[in-house]
Amino acid sequence: MRVRVGYNNKVLPYILVAPQILITLVFFIWPASQAIYQAVQRQDPFGLRTRFVGLDNFAAILEDPGYLNSLSVTAIFSLSVAALALGLALLLAVSADRVIRGATTYKTLLIWPYAVAPAIAGVLWMFLFNPTIGSISFVLKALGYNWNHLLDGNQAMILVVLAATWKQISYNFIFFLAGLQAIPKSLIEAAAIDGAGRTRRFWTIILPLLSPTAFFLLVVNIVYAFFDTFGIIHAVTSGGPARATEILVYKVYYDAFEALDLGGSAAQSVILMAIVISLTVVQFRYVERRVHY
Amino acid sequence: MIEKQGAGTWVTHAILIVGVLTVAFPIYVTFVASTLTLRDVLAAPMTLIPGPHLIENYSTALFSGTKNGTPVSGMLLNSLIMALVIATGKIVISLLSAFAVVYFRFPLRMVFFWMIFVTLMLPVEVRILPTFKVVSDLELLNSFPGLTVPLIASATATFLFRQFFMTVPDELVEATKIDGAGPMRFFRDVLLPLSRTNIAALFVILFIYGWNQYLWPLLITSDHSMDTIVIGIRRMLAAGDDQVEWPVVMATTMLAMIPPVFVVVAMQRWFVKGLVDSEK
Repeated sequence: MRVRVGYNNKVLPYILVAPQILITLVFFIWPASQAIYQAVQRQDPFGLRTRFVGLDNFAAILEDPGYLNSLSVTAIFSLSVAALALGLALLLAVSADRVIRGATTYKTLLIWPYAVAPAIAGVLWMFLFNPTIGSISFVLKALGYNWNHLLDGNQAMILVVLAATWKQISYNFIFFLAGLQAIPKSLIEAAAIDGAGRTRRFWTIILPLLSPTAFFLLVVNIVYAFFDTFGIIHAVTSGGPARATEILVYKVYYDAFEALDLGGSAAQSVILMAIVISLTVVQFRYVERRVHY
Repeated sequence: MIEKQGAGTWVTHAILIVGVLTVAFPIYVTFVASTLTLRDVLAAPMTLIPGPHLIENYSTALFSGTKNGTPVSGMLLNSLIMALVIATGKIVISLLSAFAVVYFRFPLRMVFFWMIFVTLMLPVEVRILPTFKVVSDLELLNSFPGLTVPLIASATATFLFRQFFMTVPDELVEATKIDGAGPMRFFRDVLLPLSRTNIAALFVILFIYGWNQYLWPLLITSDHSMDTIVIGIRRMLAAGDDQVEWPVVMATTMLAMIPPVFVVVAMQRWFVKGLVDSEK
């Protein structure tokens, strides 16, 4: 923060930051420290007795096949969502950047899924793939493919990935389009004069210049798939069938509120916090670097 | 232009049109389902031509709800209150704290700054149980303060305003000082009008954030009269042994999407600005 003309006032600044700090302390810092505290305690199911167990909860988690399953489910889910949402958004952004007529119309028609709640996106796709009445599952059945995501774990995973991707494409699209439009036209023209074709220009000029945006989006998409998709999982599959779609965030919720395993849930929260912190640091490194360009 | 748009242009348009149709398809099917009778929806394959029961289904949804549900009009109001309080609250407290951090030298300034920064790393999903406990200890379950206040702290908005305030020329502060105006006067008469576009941009994003909340209302509200529309739909789908009343549920789904989609499309320019500026 650079030094600047400021005000000297003993009380006012504290009054100004008070609401923000108060909410932060009560609803962020205090609960987060409670989570860390609980993570090293074990409590009986009725909450009558607690004792200090050190890192036992963490050890128990890392040996729990359910948690390891949830880890791999999360990895598959978030990587699929990120790859699909980034790939499709890039394809659409490159196309929208290329057309002269109608670019704004396309933009308007493509950005609005951003406004749809993840849980609602889940409901939309669940309806299409409903095993008895869904339009898409009907077509699949006609083609000889039996769709029932209530029984088949892989199909359930495909369904939540589709819903999560559908919701995220518009966000990535906006950033890719902004990134594309920031690339100096002279650069591309120079390459064109040198005889580089459309495809070659894309791979050697556009994509490298777009890579900081793509990297930033990759982090954002992973954070999205980790945390914001809770609504999709909860509304569409409830983690099932047979835990096939139980992502980490859903498991934290389930263990805390349904299974009442407080220590275990808190330890999982702490692991998740570590994941968010590292992703946030990566994200800020990128923002810092971009500022210095 | 680099080269003339000849061959290839139609491929580009084709890709975009397929993209637009794919994005719109689930909504279209939902809309059609919301205009049919339950029997028509259940007859697989469902027709893809809208039926005549639009008004009937929407008024059922709005004023009576499904058999085991509550009327959607109440849920819409709850969602609206929640979204507005969160968006306004976040903007107000972020403006104030960014103003304090940028324009005042005071002990603990950096401590506060980092404390706000940390909230960026603690999404509600990773601290659900202890946060739930805090809210329940404060006896805020099933109340609007419990639903909104914990979500109001916002590092992103504070940073956005901080970045923006740092670009405001120092001369403006000096000028108001010479005129004898105090800090709050400067804030109100100079800084706020200058921040108008940022506020508008942020408002769009935060309104949608508030409207689309899922986990938090799921935990904090058990009383059906406090249901937000996003939560209400999930409750409608869990109909137990009864057949889900799809036309009414689908009408509700449309109603849940219209306000945020309208806000994004109508305020597109600000929305994109807010998104790209705050990178969040």
